[in-house]
Amino acid sequence: MLDKELRSMIGQVKDGRMDRRAFIKRMAAVGLTAPLANQILALGGVAMAEGPSTYKPTKRGGGGALKLLWWQGPTLLNPHFATGTKDQDGSRLFYEPLACWDPDGNMKLVLASEIPSIQNGLLAADGKSVTWKLKPGVKWHDGKPFTADDVVFTWEYIIDPATAAITVATYRDITVEKVDDLTVRITFKKPTPFWADAFVGAPNTIIPKHLFADYKGSKSREAPTNLSPVGTGPYKFVEFKPGDLVRGQLNPDYHMPNRPYFDTVEMKGGGDAVSAARAVIQTGEYDFGWNIQVEDDVLLRLEKGGKGKTIYAVGGDTEFIALNFTDPYTEVDGEKSSMKTKHPLFSDPAVRKALSLLIDRESVKKAIYGRAGRTTANFLNGPEKFVSKNTSWEFSIEKASKILDDAGWKPGADGIREKDGKKLKLLYQTSINGPRQKTQAIVKQACQKAGIDVELKSVVASVFFSSDVANPDTYAKFYADIEMFQIPLSQPDPSQHMRRFLSTNVATKENKWQGTNFPRWINKDYDAAIEAAESEMDPLKRAEHYIKANDLMYQDTVFIPVQHRLKVEAAANNLRPIISGWANETDNLHDWYREE
Amino acid sequence: MSQYVLRRLLIAIPSLLGISVVLFVVLALAPGDPFSELATNPNVPPEVQAALRAKFGLDDPIHLRYLHWLNAMLHGDWGFSFVSRMNVDTLILQRLPATLYVIGSAQILALLIAIPVGVYAATKPYSLFDQIANTLAFVGFSLPTFFTGILFILIFSVTLDWLPFVYTTDIKATGIHWVLEMIRQAIMPVAVLGLFQAASMTRFVRSAMLDVIRLDYVTTARAKGLGQATVIVKHVMRNAMIPVVTLIALQMPAVFGGAIVTEQIFRIPGIGSLLISSILSNDTPVVMAVTFVFACLVVLFNLIADVLYGWLDPRISLR
Repeated sequence: MLDKELRSMIGQVKDGRMDRRAFIKRMAAVGLTAPLANQILALGGVAMAEGPSTYKPTKRGGGGALKLLWWQGPTLLNPHFATGTKDQDGSRLFYEPLACWDPDGNMKLVLASEIPSIQNGLLAADGKSVTWKLKPGVKWHDGKPFTADDVVFTWEYIIDPATAAITVATYRDITVEKVDDLTVRITFKKPTPFWADAFVGAPNTIIPKHLFADYKGSKSREAPTNLSPVGTGPYKFVEFKPGDLVRGQLNPDYHMPNRPYFDTVEMKGGGDAVSAARAVIQTGEYDFGWNIQVEDDVLLRLEKGGKGKTIYAVGGDTEFIALNFTDPYTEVDGEKSSMKTKHPLFSDPAVRKALSLLIDRESVKKAIYGRAGRTTANFLNGPEKFVSKNTSWEFSIEKASKILDDAGWKPGADGIREKDGKKLKLLYQTSINGPRQKTQAIVKQACQKAGIDVELKSVVASVFFSSDVANPDTYAKFYADIEMFQIPLSQPDPSQHMRRFLSTNVATKENKWQGTNFPRWINKDYDAAIEAAESEMDPLKRAEHYIKANDLMYQDTVFIPVQHRLKVEAAANNLRPIISGWANETDNLHDWYREE
Repeated sequence: MSQYVLRRLLIAIPSLLGISVVLFVVLALAPGDPFSELATNPNVPPEVQAALRAKFGLDDPIHLRYLHWLNAMLHGDWGFSFVSRMNVDTLILQRLPATLYVIGSAQILALLIAIPVGVYAATKPYSLFDQIANTLAFVGFSLPTFFTGILFILIFSVTLDWLPFVYTTDIKATGIHWVLEMIRQAIMPVAVLGLFQAASMTRFVRSAMLDVIRLDYVTTARAKGLGQATVIVKHVMRNAMIPVVTLIALQMPAVFGGAIVTEQIFRIPGIGSLLISSILSNDTPVVMAVTFVFACLVVLFNLIADVLYGWLDPRISLR
């Protein structure tokens, strides 16, 4: 859409000549989702609307027990130590952020009383500060009032390096100050288009100053509240057994009217995804099953005449195959996949292009992901505003063969193509995981038909995803030609996600393979696009930069996206859970209820 | 006898030290690290991972880490879990009741089936009863628990809807209802494990009995005109029980160690599932503690078995 046209539309909404719904509808027509249309409006100077509430109960409590099944149970309940979403999910039952994201990516207020916007003066027009007004009268579960001091303290707690909070990246470059008891101001070092990061969403909840003040820094592990949280949330803490059980009961002083609906909440951990789906969908022992990563035909079978169903939420997770731009077989200065080498096969772009043509995304969707997957050509698949429309994918063994023929890769006596004595043989690694290994098989078959020999390797997930310097099988060391996994996109903004692939972030021996650019792909235009996007306040131009970055990855075939993955959950038929692709499963728990 | 016990105890100490060194080295050399989940999270800067490694002493040389661990252990400090940052002993004590209850019941069930069936089958070898018992035993231990577990779930939970298949530690009932609920949810895991154990144990009891039943002194006892029951219980069983006691004693640590597969299937929050999840997340202190407790139990029950031999056959303790 033309920049000018959009600007005039924003102007119309601002003046009240067009209502927001009409604007959002027109945005949807050009492929933008409501949340992003909303963010565009917000940055265009129109206040961000709060998502409509679907909550129906008219009184607090009375809903009985809510039984949640997390096949990996929470292991700790301090959100700033959370080593995975399961821990954030458990902590979120008790702790709350200022705001969260609804299924459409709209901002929903939790502990804040107003959504910051340029109109109400809370959001600085230069994008360098945002002011949050806190809800008055909110109490911690122990009766102490919740104030701006708690918000400021949470920031101080996180940025102390000795605390080793895993949320530190969001907070270390900002300053949080108290304006008055119910107002805090966040100041950014540079214009920050995605200002709604700190204190927003499940990973960014606020902890009470009066209980954590003595446990900041090196004493952070000793806080008794790490295991028995005192928050402001809809449920009060009752019991916690790591990996097994988290229990809470209704908070009678909760700050939202008529909420929560359930009298008690129980989160049970352990087991596997298939049996979790069975306990919810087939036998109805539980109300909700988390993250049901199961082949779709299994789910369809369970759903027949069952007591529950699967629900899907669209986010931005992409299952991809990454190509190694360096040579994983030659050792230089004690390092394989060294930046001083070039991949013997992939240095020919034709091979990369051909490989992309050999990934049958439609078959992978049909055979494995079903309703939980969408085929895509993009690495960046969300939010919609940032999704490139300039790309396309195709599966064609003939075309791939032709490209390879034209580039001089001729089949040898054994049917495997070769050129200059180099054979087209690939080592393809991934983590041990049903859907991934099935995808490997589909890819291998197609490659064989085109004269590429693929050797499959799968590494146990705890090794593959580890940062263990001594282990040669981590994804970051990338001692293979191609590898497949996904990196979750945890917020409705791609900035942190796309930063990973800057030239400066290459994983090498020097940085103990902690660098995030594991394909070891260097592209100056990409670096420039990302840098430009990071301080661009104009939402349209910013989106253009990210789309350009995605397209550069596409042109160079850095990643071959296999599937845009949706979140899959299982829920009892009468449960009305609110699940957002941009938030954790428990982020909207205060709005869950059961249809009588 | 007391000298014999003392001698055995003294041998146990160096073996435990040796075991702890081996466990520690194996764990330290094992791949993976406890913060692997952080590695794929784009929000977590690498320096936080490095800070955590340093804070938890993961970068120290292995011998220092071992001495540190041993010293703390001698002072009764089991360390804390990297993953849940909770003391390891608390974590283990939380898991122990479910393990003892379910796995212990399964062992008792196994004994209650195996001893009478094995003994009776041995007294009438190749009879119809013996053949049926043998067949069932073979079927029983050829079917792995993950298979029978899922089969039970499909029959009793999904199709008949009689029993729950998720084990919960917080049953919302009191008094007799609580007891009934506890029994109800344990039926399937106890049956699955108990029947599996019973199958192999039956075979063992039977063959041990058969070995003894043909000995001359048994024939003599019979010739003296003793009744069949007296001969079997007093003369045969007492001797036949020596190998059976070994088997049972060496299986006792498993009661504490949990049954990993069964705990996983029925979501029993026991030691076994703690061990497997700690191994998967490379939570070294927990793995170390659980396996070390396990080693202590093996040593302890070996000792008990030795003492029991002495009681069953006094000649053994004199050697």
